Amino acid sequence: MNAVADLLAALGARALRLLWSLGHASLFFWELVRFTPAALRRFDLSVVQIYAIGNLSLVIIITSGAAVGGVLGLQAYYALDRYGAAEQVGLLVALSLLRELGPVLTALLFAGRAGTSLTAEIGLMKAGEQLAAMEMMAVDPRGRVLAPRFVAGIVSVPLLSAIFSAVGVAGAKLIGIDSAAFWSQMQDGVDVFKDVGNGMVKTVVFGVATTFVALYTGYESDATPEGVAQATTRTVVISSVAVLVLDFLLTSLMFSTRP
Amino acid sequence: MATDNLVQIDHLTFGYDRSRVILRDVSLEFPRGKVVAIMGLSGSGKTTLLRLIGGVIRPQSGKILFDGEPVDPSDIDKLFALRRRLGMLFQFGALFTDLSVFENVAFPLREHTDLPDSMIRDIVLLKLNAVGLRGAASLRISEVSGGMARRIALARAIALDPELIMYDEPFAGLDPISLGITANLIRRLNDATGATSIVVSHDVDECFLICDYLYLISSGRIVGHGTAAQLQASEDPEVRQFIRGEPDGPVPFHYPAKPIEQEMGLAG
Repeated sequence: MNAVADLLAALGARALRLLWSLGHASLFFWELVRFTPAALRRFDLSVVQIYAIGNLSLVIIITSGAAVGGVLGLQAYYALDRYGAAEQVGLLVALSLLRELGPVLTALLFAGRAGTSLTAEIGLMKAGEQLAAMEMMAVDPRGRVLAPRFVAGIVSVPLLSAIFSAVGVAGAKLIGIDSAAFWSQMQDGVDVFKDVGNGMVKTVVFGVATTFVALYTGYESDATPEGVAQATTRTVVISSVAVLVLDFLLTSLMFSTRP
Repeated sequence: MATDNLVQIDHLTFGYDRSRVILRDVSLEFPRGKVVAIMGLSGSGKTTLLRLIGGVIRPQSGKILFDGEPVDPSDIDKLFALRRRLGMLFQFGALFTDLSVFENVAFPLREHTDLPDSMIRDIVLLKLNAVGLRGAASLRISEVSGGMARRIALARAIALDPELIMYDEPFAGLDPISLGITANLIRRLNDATGATSIVVSHDVDECFLICDYLYLISSGRIVGHGTAAQLQASEDPEVRQFIRGEPDGPVPFHYPAKPIEQEMGLAG
């Protein structure tokens, strides 16, 4: 009997903790949004961060984009060529990249490359009492440190994703498909609003999600080496799962009504 | 209403939870223009007092007055207005590692004033000059030593000419020369700017040298207070043990444990 009661109590405590952390994260998100207009007014602070998390992510985004586009092009060619439909390769690659792979892979790479560095940076700033010092100087670190990084993430992810998709298409073209069919089928089949537009909406959502997760886990990390290490791991795990789940939700909303 | 004490703490009790009380019914006074030390063993609640004065945490009972006004952590706007009037030196400086030495000192000026760049530059260089590091303005934080970091943080803490400067263990981990420089600076800056200083430290010699008044805290209580001469003449065993650095006394050498015979299985 006691064992059952203990189990129930443990489950209840877990549920309470989960609810508490969800509520806490939501409040934190709201605070971050509240500080965003001020961060936009001091855009120079965000520009520095855009360079750190955006520009410096370009190498990984471009190489990954080219590789993914190339592989996608090859596999599409092998499959479609059997049915004599090799001219559709461009369209298939473009739609896959614009709608799904570009936004999702960019967000995953961003979480691994930039999200982790944000989390570690904020965590170490906390451990070094830099955030406490800022508060003592009557400066809210959420406004001065977190909000500019939040803005930088939201600006960077869509741009990186656009670059990823563009390089991916170029990578697919490099496998040696007939130019005319490749481009004309793409031009014919890709819709600016439904495909490119929806893809961009996704990237903005992913940018918000991955940057928020990175900042929140860093800000809430324990101020110890283990705490920062755990927070960095959590950033990758939570961002990746969040991106994939959000992608499923967005895809089902965006593309379900299309023929 | 202007009072003689810039900061006054009345019957304050604080603990992170009900079972673990850090400070028990303590009252302290920090007169304007004076350098007052809070001394005590590591973990005796000294830094907690600074956090309470800065409104980072809230006391369980008792009150803290800053310039006659109660410190209220729930009123953020008022709290931030208060914090603009105080500067704090953190134990290891807490400098912003992504900014240069110059920008660290300029930080409070850029955040809280609309001064033109040329004036900010002059103020920053003057503050750095006061701590002897004008020549280090362009260095990165990774390029400065621990003693220099402490002095840069001091320049940052006084950038807005605060009325109250709080020092958290300013002498910890410094070489003898840096230690002498820091102690001298605390006294000199206090007198030159007319500020009030609170020094939290366990460094008896330095505190006796530069402080006008000293409080000795142990296990959350004030066990002694007075001028350096008064404390040195004190007959209180706890005060004597602390200022002479005796390993055993009212504060035992051993952390509470069961008898060693029992632990080793030797007890009959």
